[in-house]
Amino acid sequence: MSLDTSKVANSNRATAATPAKPSKLGGVAGWADERLGLATMAKKNLRKVFPDHWSFMLGEIALWSFVVLLLSGVFLTLWFNPSMGEVHYEGSYDQLRGIEMSEAMASTLNISFDVRGGLLMRQMHHWAAMLFIAAMMVHLLRVAFTGAFRKPREVNWVIGCVLLLLGTLEGFTGYSLPDDLLSGTGVRAADGFLKATPVVGSYMSFFLFGGEFPGDAIIPRLYIIHVLLIPGLLLGLIAAHMLLLVYHKHTQWAGPGRTEENVVGFPMLPVYAAKAGGFFFIVFGVSAIMGGLLTINPVWKFGPYDPTKVTAGSQPDWYMGWPDGLLRIMPGWESVLFGYTISWNVMIPILIVPPLMLMVLIMLPFIEAWITGDKREHHLLQRPRNAPTRTAVMVSLMTFYGLAWAAGGNDIIAIKLNASINQITYFMRVAVFVGPAIAFFVTRRWCISLQRHDNEKLLHGYETGVIMRSTEGGYTERHLPISEASAYTLTARERDEIYTVDGDTDANGVVAPGSRVQAVRASLSQKMFGHNVQKPTAEELEEAHHHAEHEHVLEAGLDHPADGHQFDGHSDHTVEDAPLRGH
Amino acid sequence: MTDSHDHTPAVVEEPIANPGLPAHQWRPTDLDERAAKRAERQVAGFFGLSMVCAILFVVAYFTLEIGDNFDTFIGLGASTVALGLALGGALLFIGIGIIQWARKLMGDHEISELRHPAASSDADREATLEALSLGIEESGIGRRPLVRNTLLGAMGMMGLPAVVLLRDLGPTNAQVADAEKGTGLQHTIWKKGMRVVRDVVGTPIKASELEIGDLVNAAPEALFPTEANGYPEIEGVELQVQKAKGAIIIVKMEPDEIKAGEGRDNWTVDGVICYSKICTHVGCPISLYERTTHHVLCPCHQSTFDLADSAKVIFGPAHRPLPQLPLAVDEEGYLIAQADFNEPIGASYWEREKQ
Repeated sequence: MSLDTSKVANSNRATAATPAKPSKLGGVAGWADERLGLATMAKKNLRKVFPDHWSFMLGEIALWSFVVLLLSGVFLTLWFNPSMGEVHYEGSYDQLRGIEMSEAMASTLNISFDVRGGLLMRQMHHWAAMLFIAAMMVHLLRVAFTGAFRKPREVNWVIGCVLLLLGTLEGFTGYSLPDDLLSGTGVRAADGFLKATPVVGSYMSFFLFGGEFPGDAIIPRLYIIHVLLIPGLLLGLIAAHMLLLVYHKHTQWAGPGRTEENVVGFPMLPVYAAKAGGFFFIVFGVSAIMGGLLTINPVWKFGPYDPTKVTAGSQPDWYMGWPDGLLRIMPGWESVLFGYTISWNVMIPILIVPPLMLMVLIMLPFIEAWITGDKREHHLLQRPRNAPTRTAVMVSLMTFYGLAWAAGGNDIIAIKLNASINQITYFMRVAVFVGPAIAFFVTRRWCISLQRHDNEKLLHGYETGVIMRSTEGGYTERHLPISEASAYTLTARERDEIYTVDGDTDANGVVAPGSRVQAVRASLSQKMFGHNVQKPTAEELEEAHHHAEHEHVLEAGLDHPADGHQFDGHSDHTVEDAPLRGH
Repeated sequence: MTDSHDHTPAVVEEPIANPGLPAHQWRPTDLDERAAKRAERQVAGFFGLSMVCAILFVVAYFTLEIGDNFDTFIGLGASTVALGLALGGALLFIGIGIIQWARKLMGDHEISELRHPAASSDADREATLEALSLGIEESGIGRRPLVRNTLLGAMGMMGLPAVVLLRDLGPTNAQVADAEKGTGLQHTIWKKGMRVVRDVVGTPIKASELEIGDLVNAAPEALFPTEANGYPEIEGVELQVQKAKGAIIIVKMEPDEIKAGEGRDNWTVDGVICYSKICTHVGCPISLYERTTHHVLCPCHQSTFDLADSAKVIFGPAHRPLPQLPLAVDEEGYLIAQADFNEPIGASYWEREKQ
């Protein structure tokens, strides 16, 4: 079949631009290049290849929502007054008129009720912050579950983890700024956390608040942290994150023509730039619609901060929920050593476990690389099932996170389910330990059985759903081989190599130096890979195909793939020469 | 194993050989000029809709009032809803248009690019190391440890100004602590003879007016200075600080239900008992009272205290009981404090027991 390609849109295989007639574009580019020398860099990057997959979009949501945060945030700073000076509110919101409150709260109400589009921007800013952190978390999970954090991308993983930490702090400092009753309660709890720090606790509290809580310094200080310090760090780290992404080139899924040595996809200009740029407008537009339709943080309902008041159901923003949950389920342990108070009930859930979890997260690729001893570069993603232990570790961590988060809503759960808050708390105290262990075990076995399923598909083909009746009256399900492309994709993974210690002792029975460490490593490697199902070898495949041919002869009755409509007359196309499905 | 061998990517192409990239498939818009024209009109249509939304935004901005109409439409202001929808539409339609353009009309050939190892070439590495060692050598930093060590020392000492500069962020607790003024973590504004007043209106409370089961959120009278009571003016930061520490709850229960703590036999007045309102966990004001059990629950982290039994912790993450304020009545029958709390109120801190 010949195609008339004359009408086809200009393909990217067009010949290189020739400086025949200086076009307008060429003129501008030339002017710029003579001063900035951009052509050398641009030539490589304008047509840089980006592979396509829906999961690669998650990090993009985080990136674009950060841009939305910058834009809407600048708008808010034009009216927000980060001062704790007391004023009488005289704005449009009736119920609070005449009430004494800080200028921060009054200007927040002013933005909400007296600046057109102000409430929209406030809500967009808050929703974009939610999107920012949620997208970072889901992106992190995608990277971890697919093994994208393996060499050479470990440093980018570390940067990403720090971005998540900074994003969380940025969120906390941001929602504390309006100085409303809810956020003030959160700030007071934070003061309690600071005071629980051994030795320097009360000093830290006094220095941060400029004296005794609440003082009049905390809002201006949080403000400058929120609008300058952390955004500056975020910008720098996001730039580094992107530069490394470009330098390493994006990972890709295995498939026909996609190897460890290449990257297949659309070029930056025009397709990827258009898709990514268009996606920016989508993220921006979605946050605008959310800001317009979905109320978030209605500070006018909470009222100004009053240190003697609190509302039932006080909760921080959702991403702070899991340490808050740990704080709730922690037993009330406190000890006095040599006359000094150590508040385990605050230190463990707030000052120890969250930083520890962050360290575990940061260390994941390094721990894995040490156990596997793998020093090769990895650019093809792994399906989660093909790394059962890693997947199980991640699901285990997610389970811990989820349970701790749920514990942070134990009061809400108790009210909604009409259950006892005490029982829920006791349950959670056990569940945060048992749940992750169960999740680890179930996930690992689940992955391994999925690996086994993949091998079945490779060796015996896929289940057609066609039941064959043999002459003896027995019933079997017909299996048909999967396509070459899918078979290749399923096998495009590495065989796991279990690390073994050789030469534990030398000829004289002297233990080699460092061998105990190596033995630990070998045993971890065994635990990590020992149960995994490896892909079939060439011989096994060969034998299975041979066997299948034999079967087919025995089960003869159909000499072509079955589509399930042989006998009901609903077959709307002939299947004589067509493969059934692109499996 | 050589270093360069170490970096080679994992090979995965067995037991099935890589069939190579599938052939490119043309889209209807590539082959059919009419389909392409249709796609072109769609894209332009989206951009047009975006322009309409932008105009609607301006119209909504100038026509819809805000102010006291903040909840006219599904609990939100008509202005906020209209501006949000218009702005969202204007942005979304640009995004949808561009993506439609990319999907239907831009060239859709997937191309392949070779990767390069993240590491530099061996030659580059060697040259870099050579330059580095030459530079280090020429600086003499290795040969002159005195220079190196004093430089490190000087850099280290630079940390001192950086840290010391932050010292004036705030005073320390020791600097502000004053029992007379009620400042510092270990003191509050409560004093012998100070009346207990209602926390919003500032009126004193007669012990005889309280019914069994009542819980009153109360405050020290000094936070409501009048000419009659003679307390000095207090406002701004001082007021907030004292409010944050002085808040109390008074509860009236059957006198025989109270299990008075050691040495606290005369701290109650006819079944009226008083505790700090500030949770000993991380400092939330507690308030959820269950009169039949005398339990009070902190809404932040659910620490539960038994007010009949010296506010001991019976559930939750708090460790210490709520500090109790010793009560008495003055000659007019109003509740007064016998003294300040005998321990710091609120969250624990390192040197708490030392004070």
